[in-house]
Amino acid sequence: MWQWFHKLGSPKWFFGIATRFMPWLLAGGLLLLAAGLTWGLAFAPEDYLQGNSYRIIFIHVPSAFLAQSIYISMAVAAVVTLVWRMKLADVFVKAIAPVGLVFTFLSLFTGAVWGKPTWGTWWVWDARLTSMLILLFLYGGVIALDRAINDEKSAARAVAVLVLVGVVNIPIIKYSVDWWNTLHQPATFKLTEKPTMPMEMWLPLLLSVLGLYLLFGWLTCIRMKTEILIREQRTRWVRELVMAGGK
Amino acid sequence: MHPIRKKRLTIVLFLVAGLAIAVGLTTYALRQNINLFYDPSQIAAGEVPVDVRIRAGGMVEEGSVVRDPDSLKVEFRVTDFSASVPMEYVGILPDLFAEGQGVVAMGRMDANGRFIADQVLAKHDEQYMPPEVAEALERASKGQHKAADAEKAAESAAY
Repeated sequence: MWQWFHKLGSPKWFFGIATRFMPWLLAGGLLLLAAGLTWGLAFAPEDYLQGNSYRIIFIHVPSAFLAQSIYISMAVAAVVTLVWRMKLADVFVKAIAPVGLVFTFLSLFTGAVWGKPTWGTWWVWDARLTSMLILLFLYGGVIALDRAINDEKSAARAVAVLVLVGVVNIPIIKYSVDWWNTLHQPATFKLTEKPTMPMEMWLPLLLSVLGLYLLFGWLTCIRMKTEILIREQRTRWVRELVMAGGK
Repeated sequence: MHPIRKKRLTIVLFLVAGLAIAVGLTTYALRQNINLFYDPSQIAAGEVPVDVRIRAGGMVEEGSVVRDPDSLKVEFRVTDFSASVPMEYVGILPDLFAEGQGVVAMGRMDANGRFIADQVLAKHDEQYMPPEVAEALERASKGQHKAADAEKAAESAAY
């Protein structure tokens, strides 16, 4: 098991694996997302109360899922950075922090657009919305801190500590709607319990969520490969790769 | 595992656990401030200061909405099924406002125990369903009136 773990830490090995998986991730992600969004936006029945405006859920919920999952995976990578000093874990954190920022912004934005016709307001300082805004700032802080420190190793450690400090926010986001009175409703899309929506709404939502996860995987591979090439530009395998025309 | 790594891992775990406890205690102490609104039982129990801007939320009681015919004034009662509070609001209500739906209102309690709202937000729940399903549910819950409804429908169809 440890051997596999250390192999994973090798940038060259990861580069090869990522190149092999990328087309599958892209194809699967696009397919699932296209199917989920077309089904959800055009064919799923409308809601009895909200009419068509509920359809924003097919973008809002997948982005919110990603926003939190990305942070959790960053926290796992941060532990690996701090404990095992694995370079690849740091590459991972740097590669996906901006992606997390975008998805967090997207879920806040779609939520506001939906909130106006449904609640009657764009924004309210309830626990769910506020903790999600804090997540946005955490992503921004991680990116800024990384850019602010020139030395690669100290930047990696500082970023890892910040990521770990921020991970406390994740359960707060998740359970805010259960612990406190909020305007935001409790979770509709649950994997562990019976969903509170009919199958013909739940299935397209599931497809969109899965599709976005795969697309995120593809994006991660691309961004990590770029970062690896930049960092390892002086090594022999990268030089050979470039000489061979990237093949 | 290498002893140095083990030590680092312990430090990291302690860091996260300590932070979690600190944040947990803080949010627990601040729980009333984090709550977006007071519910009717809290208001009935006198936990709410008079004439201070607060939010109150709950379910609009069935059959309690009275609209003033000459203005935008609306009166209704908000309940959490153990206590209920009368509310007053002048203005345009959100589309989702209806009896049996959740609302969160911003305003202040007056001396007579009425809540004078200056903003009313609709609170949506996590239930989503197609209109046909909602209608079927409605019909099922009004099963005893079904016969009368059918008669009325037939009557109106005849005209």
